[in-house]
Amino acid sequence: MTTRPADGLWHSNPALVQLLGLCPLLAVSNSLVNAAGMAVATLAVLMISSVLVALLRPLIPQAVRLPAFVLIIASTTTGIELLMQAYALPLYQALGIFIPLIVTNCLILGRAEAFAVRTTPAAALADALWMGLGFAAVLLVLGAVRELLGAGTLGDGLALLGLGSGLRLADSGFLPLLLPAGAFVSLGLLIAGRNALDEIWRRRKTPEIVPGARRVRVTSVDPG
Amino acid sequence: MLQKTSAPHVSAPGGISRVMLWVAAALVPGVLGQLWWFGPGVLIQLAWCVLIALAAEALALRLRGQPVEVGLGDCSVLICALLLGLTLPGHAPWYVGLTATLSAVLLGKHVYGGLGHNPFNPAMIGYVVALIGFPIEMTRWTHPDAAVPLAEVWAAFSGALLPDQWTAATALEVFKLERGGMYEAEFKASRDIFGLFGGRGVEWVNALFLAGGLLLLLRGIITWHGPLGLLGALGLCALIGWDGGSSEGHGSALLHWFSGATMLGAWFILTDPVSTSATPWGRFVCGALAGVVTYCIRVWGTYPDAIAFGVLLSNFAAPLIDYYLRPRVYGHGRGAGRADE
Repeated sequence: MTTRPADGLWHSNPALVQLLGLCPLLAVSNSLVNAAGMAVATLAVLMISSVLVALLRPLIPQAVRLPAFVLIIASTTTGIELLMQAYALPLYQALGIFIPLIVTNCLILGRAEAFAVRTTPAAALADALWMGLGFAAVLLVLGAVRELLGAGTLGDGLALLGLGSGLRLADSGFLPLLLPAGAFVSLGLLIAGRNALDEIWRRRKTPEIVPGARRVRVTSVDPG
Repeated sequence: MLQKTSAPHVSAPGGISRVMLWVAAALVPGVLGQLWWFGPGVLIQLAWCVLIALAAEALALRLRGQPVEVGLGDCSVLICALLLGLTLPGHAPWYVGLTATLSAVLLGKHVYGGLGHNPFNPAMIGYVVALIGFPIEMTRWTHPDAAVPLAEVWAAFSGALLPDQWTAATALEVFKLERGGMYEAEFKASRDIFGLFGGRGVEWVNALFLAGGLLLLLRGIITWHGPLGLLGALGLCALIGWDGGSSEGHGSALLHWFSGATMLGAWFILTDPVSTSATPWGRFVCGALAGVVTYCIRVWGTYPDAIAFGVLLSNFAAPLIDYYLRPRVYGHGRGAGRADE
């Protein structure tokens, strides 16, 4: 059982199909830099904790597996949080409470419970990588769209990380997109767009039924 | 699908489109009043909103694979666009109406499944999106005494920046911001924004909307519960907060009834049969809730008027209100048929 890239990024994308981890997704996707920070942090926590869960699998009793997962995830998150505080203080301050809250991100617990605890460390790592990248992609798209349309900038705050300056296209944007309601509406439109694309591709794949074609009966011989 | 229901049936000719056209007819006096006091911009906004709404409705119906003629034929989107157009300032540029109407029709109505399934009044969704998204453009109401040439209105509609010499604070805003400690007569004389009993100009627009609402009431298209709840609660709150009319007070009940969007909201927006409560006393409670919310925001909030917020909040509460105020079913005790019994 392995997770293919297409699974994590498209077919069972954590944010668009499984609808997991929506709280941080909606809350910090108001700018590209915030979204990128959250994406990297979540990806790192997901990969490390999935591998740890897969490694510690023989030692974790079935009855207390969930508290054990939470402990592993919390330790990983604390480590990542301290690293961000040391090396990316402005980003750490911008994301605030949402970094410690990665512990409660149900995407990470969900992958540990549904996948990592039943497989090898290598398979768990691959799964965490593609699932985490799928989540990160949605975060980045949402962050870029909301910042671009809501504030008229793209990558504002990159300078804080020492990565050059972002684009400033307008002085103001369409404010509702930056508000929580805008996060819900944009995510809803993103999910609808993904489903529509899926539907179009599915229709293209299935052979078209030629009008006037007749069905051939193959299950039994007509006694006629 | 054919559904059989037991007798007796009450049948009325025309269906939804007849109701909607009566509502449109009842709006006419108020529209004329707004045209007289606030200039030709109102007609431009109405026409623009109707155009966009019809296009958006047709597009949404087509995407959803539903018959376009039936959806457009029931005229409900026309009423939504008219109500929305009336709430936009005459000098608002084209993109305000475009955004508001698209939000109303697509996000306020069709996302939930079209007519009959929308939990919120679509026109108010559109208005609130415009109010939050374009706070500066949405204040471009002209002073009721200003002569507004059509050319200026057209320039503003096409997006040109105009000097704001024609705009002024409304009566509601003056009462909120003024802290001078003047007596009533002094206070009213010091501002040219007060009319005989409400805000200048707006009082007559409100009175004409009241007349249109009474027409709907007489035709049996709306019931009295919702409007009475809203106006009653708003009046009661105003009476409690009234100090006789000095600039330190919060305005009389008459001022609150005949300023802002009170009458339009009470008779035309709150009475939307889809988004408000389905039970008679539920409508009364919905109206009262909207009235109290409106008064609180008008007096202590940051927005000068709040009918839209009040109506949206009461829409939100309507299912819960219906749950508790279910009318007694004939032949059963109180509370028959509730999920928990």
